[in-house]
Amino acid sequence: MMKLDPKIPPGPLETKWDRRRFSEKLVSPNNKRKFTVIVVGTGLAGASAASTLGQLGYQVECFCFQDSPRRAHSIAAQGGINAAKNYQDDGDSIGRLFYDTIKGGDFRSREANVYRLAQVSTQIIDQCVALGIPFAREYGGQLANRSFGGVQVSRTFYCRGQTGQQLLLGAYSALCWQIDRGQVIMRPRTEMLDLVVVDGRARGIVVRDLVTGRLSVHTAHAVVLATGGYSNVYYLSTNASGSNVTATYRAWKQGAAFANPCFTQIHPTAIPPGDAYQAKLTLMSESLRNDGRLWVPKMARDHRSSEDIPEAERDYFLERRYPRFGNLAPRDLASRAVKAVCDEGRGVGPGGHGVYLDFADVLEQEGHEVVRERYGNLFDMYLRITGEDAYHAPMRIYPAPHYTMGGLWVDYNLMSTIPGLFVIGEANFADHGANRLGASSLMQGLADGYFILPYTIGHYLATATLSSVGEDHRESRAGLQRVTSRLGRLLNIRGRRTAASFHREVGKLLWNHCGMSRNEDGLKSALTSIPLLREEFWQNVMVPGAGETFNQELEYAGRVADYLEFAELLCHDALHREESCGAHFREEYQTDDGEPQRDDGRFAHVAAWEYRDGASPILHKEPLTFEFVQPTTRSYQ
Amino acid sequence: MKFTLNIWRQKGPDEGGRFVTYEAHDVSSGMSFLEMLDGVNQGLIAKGEEPIAFEQDCREGICGSCSLVINGIPHGPDRGITTCQLYMRRFSDRAVITIEPWRARAFPIIKDLVVDRRALDRVMQAGGYISVHTGGAVDGNVLLISKDQAEIAMDAASCIGCGACVAACKNASAMLFVAAKVSHLALLPQGKPERTRRVQTMLEAMDREGFGSCGNQNECEAVCPKRISVRFIARLNREYLRAGVVESSFPAEPESPHAEST
Repeated sequence: MMKLDPKIPPGPLETKWDRRRFSEKLVSPNNKRKFTVIVVGTGLAGASAASTLGQLGYQVECFCFQDSPRRAHSIAAQGGINAAKNYQDDGDSIGRLFYDTIKGGDFRSREANVYRLAQVSTQIIDQCVALGIPFAREYGGQLANRSFGGVQVSRTFYCRGQTGQQLLLGAYSALCWQIDRGQVIMRPRTEMLDLVVVDGRARGIVVRDLVTGRLSVHTAHAVVLATGGYSNVYYLSTNASGSNVTATYRAWKQGAAFANPCFTQIHPTAIPPGDAYQAKLTLMSESLRNDGRLWVPKMARDHRSSEDIPEAERDYFLERRYPRFGNLAPRDLASRAVKAVCDEGRGVGPGGHGVYLDFADVLEQEGHEVVRERYGNLFDMYLRITGEDAYHAPMRIYPAPHYTMGGLWVDYNLMSTIPGLFVIGEANFADHGANRLGASSLMQGLADGYFILPYTIGHYLATATLSSVGEDHRESRAGLQRVTSRLGRLLNIRGRRTAASFHREVGKLLWNHCGMSRNEDGLKSALTSIPLLREEFWQNVMVPGAGETFNQELEYAGRVADYLEFAELLCHDALHREESCGAHFREEYQTDDGEPQRDDGRFAHVAAWEYRDGASPILHKEPLTFEFVQPTTRSYQ
Repeated sequence: MKFTLNIWRQKGPDEGGRFVTYEAHDVSSGMSFLEMLDGVNQGLIAKGEEPIAFEQDCREGICGSCSLVINGIPHGPDRGITTCQLYMRRFSDRAVITIEPWRARAFPIIKDLVVDRRALDRVMQAGGYISVHTGGAVDGNVLLISKDQAEIAMDAASCIGCGACVAACKNASAMLFVAAKVSHLALLPQGKPERTRRVQTMLEAMDREGFGSCGNQNECEAVCPKRISVRFIARLNREYLRAGVVESSFPAEPESPHAEST
């Protein structure tokens, strides 16, 4: 029977983390080298964890499926990273960052985790500056800040529109140092395809060398998954095309609980989808909402061009609905408000899937140059993709699946329900609750990797009794066998449909029935359709080529096969949660004026799902208790 | 729209390659170049043939994965973008388009249009970092860095490590890449303590990996998707020269992080 023990230290919120660190057992420097740790993924969480563990003296083996660790998808984050530095003296504090985050997540995360995140946020900036990250600066030489959706202070540090890139390159360079020292063995172009569990503990992974196709087992004393999010299950998303659910999903099948899978953030400001061939949705940084104003025509099916619609006939719908936050309303509210006006037939552009993000006011007040300096690269990108110049006509934007707040369940020490399996960054479910505030994912990835996991994993290694496990162990061989037969099965179907066509179909099903808003009927119909589609996949998919070779289509088909199972778990979770909170909007549960209605009495819990072979997953609940904040109706009006 | 594509096909590093001609039909002008190739591949897979292997990931111009030489130009005809940001409206209907992999001795071909760029990582591992432990860094505002200085460092730091500079260079030199990396850290006070060692070890690693030398023809700058300036190569040369002088004159003297500003 699965037991969810969050292991939160008792006592005052402010000192929980200090006390936990003090009570943790340490591994002495001489003994650290006797321990090996596997880190899967080299994004902000994985690279920062692998490099820090290497610095501490552990032997680290680090894996990524990209050709270089520097290409992990964290590289694409544009906007910024939050930290409660209060350099602006605008009323920010650790307490306020904590409160904004927990409120922004609709009170569906643990107080203790969120407070710790706010606490270490200040250290992250210092560490990043020490690594040489060229943050934006004021003329006087101090660090500059800007603000993001859902908050009223300026606490976001940034590197132009490339913050994720610079933070990742910082973590990557720290990793390079450890590779150079021989503390980290780096294995790029290697994909994790299963987890090896021995005596109930995570002890290794099964991987495929993506160049030679060779399968192998790698064992260690502990395994860290930093494999990112799964919003590519929707087919069209803002994720890189390689981002996938496979590593976390296979760990789920080996016994790790999957928490809150239905919490998928739909980001309000992406470039609208065009035609059927489209492969991805491109995000326009949320920072654009600092200066851009969102509007649609007041009249439905108004086909005039934007400049022909006079001021009086425009509806600045976010400013109208959320006057205090206006265009900086949090992402979930902004996304749904966009959907609502489009559903009323007031959307603009092809198919009516779009609203205007208008820079006319700021262009007039502050001038072309100021706007170019702030957002120039985003305007260029928009021009290239759409062929339209946002300096002269408003941008068109539409929501897109983006960050996933769900993930493998972890306790306060970031350990999953499988001892020895740690999960960090977007791959775990912690910290963001039902909705993530802008500029907080970079913060969490680095907090987990630099400042949290390195402490908690030490305690595990110091206290666990671990037998010797090698690649010839029975469980290693069993893992290898599972992967071998699965790949063989995929290659032998030789059907008529491509993996992409199945991916597109399951993505559409999810978008329609488990997207920006959900209802019982839709979810039930998706739960009927998904197994049928999966069955067809295993009868009719075409995977060309062979296994023991470079075969991108085989890689992709394996990921799609996992999406086809995971989509069902996602819908189960959405169906169970009979309330609206954060990114999860159940149409049956809304107020008269269309705002989400939370049900703290029944749903103030983490929904953690346990895998059962051939049967519906079992739901376990971790109750969320609020000792230090009072869950309130999340009003931004 | 409709295009004729001459695409380099090569089964593996040890096998010969050749151009194969494909037709791309039903292409719309709003399609990206990679979406057009996706379409061609879907057709090939449906016929049971092996799709054309190429690299891509973020499709937002930032991860540095995509690496196609299009009509002889790395990342194609537009300046300042990666292949994934190239749209078919840039080409005229019925055009013939030639697609090749990055070609350089230091980038062996893995398959079709996919090359092995680990040499760039090994150059970074030779010294492209600041050695800093995660415990107790000083407050970020203790180090004042002027806006101008931070902006130039950021210009250099925005290199995405795609290797187009190498592919465009006659000598397959990685000078622009190394210059960007060395300059970024040399411009910041944090990078100063390891400044001398860094430029030397990185340039040695560059030679060891089989990259050629710089011929000052600026082809790299012309194709760089992030428009990294060749002025950073001048800065790299100066850093290297300085390192030689420092090393020979004052071998034992430690460098102070605030000793000089550039």
